[in-house]
Amino acid sequence: MGKENHIIEINHLSKSYGGTEVLKDINLYINKGEFITILGPSGCGKTTLLRLIGGFSNPDSGEIIMDGKDISGTPPHLRPLNTVFQKYALFPHLDVYDNVAFGLKLAHVPEDEIDKRVRKMLKMVSMSDYEDRDIDSLSGGQQQRVAIARALANMPKVLLLDEPLSALDAKMRKDMQIELKELHKKMGITFIFVTHDQEEALTMSDTIVVMKEGRIQQIGTPVDIYNEPVNEFVANFIGESNILDATMIEDRKVNFIGHDFECVDEGFGNDVPVDVVIRPEDIYIMKQLAGAQFSGKVTSCTFKGVFYEIFVQTDNDYELMIQDYNPFEIGSEVGMLIKPQDIQVMHKSCTRNEMDAEVIDDTHLRIFGEEFECKSLGEGHEAGSKVRVGVNFNKIDLQDNQEDGILWGEVANLLYKGDHYHLLIRIDTGEDLLVDTNDIWDKGDLVGIKIAPKDIKIIG
Amino acid sequence: MIRKFFAQAYIWLLLIILYAPILFIAVFSFTESKVLGNWTGFSTKLYENLTQGSLDGGSSLMSALQNTLIIAVVAAALSTLLGTMAAIGMFYLRGGKKKAITFMNNIPIINPDIITGVSLFLLFIFMRITQGYTSVILAHITFCTPYVVLSVLPKMSQMNPNIYEAARDLGATQFQALRKVVIPQLIPGMVSGFILAFTMSLDDFAVTFFTRGTIGLDTLSTYIYADARKGGLTPELRPLMTIIFLTILVLLIIINIRQQRLAQRNELKK
Repeated sequence: MGKENHIIEINHLSKSYGGTEVLKDINLYINKGEFITILGPSGCGKTTLLRLIGGFSNPDSGEIIMDGKDISGTPPHLRPLNTVFQKYALFPHLDVYDNVAFGLKLAHVPEDEIDKRVRKMLKMVSMSDYEDRDIDSLSGGQQQRVAIARALANMPKVLLLDEPLSALDAKMRKDMQIELKELHKKMGITFIFVTHDQEEALTMSDTIVVMKEGRIQQIGTPVDIYNEPVNEFVANFIGESNILDATMIEDRKVNFIGHDFECVDEGFGNDVPVDVVIRPEDIYIMKQLAGAQFSGKVTSCTFKGVFYEIFVQTDNDYELMIQDYNPFEIGSEVGMLIKPQDIQVMHKSCTRNEMDAEVIDDTHLRIFGEEFECKSLGEGHEAGSKVRVGVNFNKIDLQDNQEDGILWGEVANLLYKGDHYHLLIRIDTGEDLLVDTNDIWDKGDLVGIKIAPKDIKIIG
Repeated sequence: MIRKFFAQAYIWLLLIILYAPILFIAVFSFTESKVLGNWTGFSTKLYENLTQGSLDGGSSLMSALQNTLIIAVVAAALSTLLGTMAAIGMFYLRGGKKKAITFMNNIPIINPDIITGVSLFLLFIFMRITQGYTSVILAHITFCTPYVVLSVLPKMSQMNPNIYEAARDLGATQFQALRKVVIPQLIPGMVSGFILAFTMSLDDFAVTFFTRGTIGLDTLSTYIYADARKGGLTPELRPLMTIIFLTILVLLIIINIRQQRLAQRNELKK
């Protein structure tokens, strides 16, 4: 699709609030008539991005191009787009009819035309009988419909939706998902939908933009994003998954959970550490061991409505999550099989922690402002000179008591990788450390951090 | 049983003590006696005098009443305008600024009237503002505005912050959004702020006394003060007080009934 098909182009958009960068160099284009979802956990910047598009705040740098014009400085009432707000934001002093007519009256649309359009919009959201009702007398779902009708009455080219379904109960949410999707088809305009609900995103969108900490992680169709996540964050955030440490032995051959597997990925190089993602429904599980690639023992089996969720301890002591239509007895021996195309190989963002350090003396380094003991540095390292050090993920020692560590930090994220946890520790100076550990920690735990002298390696 | 009786009696005793002075005036407004407390037989003469304005020096009483009402209405209206704008601005302030402004807003409320009065008096002289209607109204606005701010601010907090943005989104300019969407949400707070400011202005004595100048501008409170010093209150004050009290009582009852109805309607809808 060519450039002429883009209705919105976002170039190098950045925004900070009080010193924290909320959006970092966002680049994105949106096609005419597309249903695009911006997906991410809370605090990832998705709502800020929507507010910049809507005009409710201005970017620090970058541009938002709509129909060939940079609108990043245009006030919201002059932008040809409308918003459905998270908590509806209906005007409580006006009835349903006047809420929907609000924008049309401001635009001085003739009275009979207003009447026609309001009725049409209310009919479209099945709220025709509610014209004279007060806003407070409506249920959440009904208010949501009125908010959508109000936003669409102005005939915007783009409709922005800020987590519009988050305040509805589960059943209502499902119904509204379908209705929104139908509305999108009927209207033929562009929908930009913001949500933290990955299922919602997968069901509704033509394109999904996954965001994390102010950056776009991946842009793609729901199928692409689900089947070929670019990194462990996307894999973990979208759907259930087994994320495992692996080694790319050679093209089309990868080793994980102690076995070699055939895969379809090439070009990673030989003997390179990678991550693999295997969706729980892509692991074939059977009662006999003949024909299986590896074996294991069932540790739990839970009925989830359509399928059973089964946890298996493999022959090399890795834990895998599997979804299957058949139940398996706990404790029974099972065989398993993974097809080459179901193994998604991803680059590791890094394979060890690397940071700057300052030499204090022959056996001491200053790292993140604290003094660490290390092996003798040998000749050529003057006190005060800078070196680069590396520490492997599994060589960082976490302590229950913050005081027991040289540094302290907070567990900011954690990921189970089959036989160990992969933690992201945000230390008090704001830097991140990645840690592999067998101990169980929770998100938000405060930990002391120690590193043994022999595990601090000078790398440059 | 006995406990209940005493509890009831206690309440009634309290109410009687609380309302006895007003009741006393109301009862004695129906007798002609010049001295309060002397019952010289039932008569509505004082009421007649009041409505016809035919009382000794009565024209000054009526003009004082008129002044009081004009000053109260003008001061309350301007305070409501000022206070509402201030409340909207204060709501969007953050952190230290918000705390500082809120603190400053509270000072005139706790400041003794006498200090407000004297300082305004000096300020008006310093700024060469003619003492009279203008200075009294300005002074009343000064001490009424903080009350309006205090009654409008909670309405701002109750408002869904997105509705202003929703109005902008639908094509309203900043001013249109304020007028068509934000102000309507604030009206209950503005009304109670207006009533509060009106009553504060109505019964103010100290500030008025210091800022009215020497042109002989009298409000009810300064008139009564001067009258009492001359020796004895004008008897027509009794029916006037009674009428004012009854008016306020009726107003209060109406407001209460309205609020109850509103609450009931909201309850029904849910």
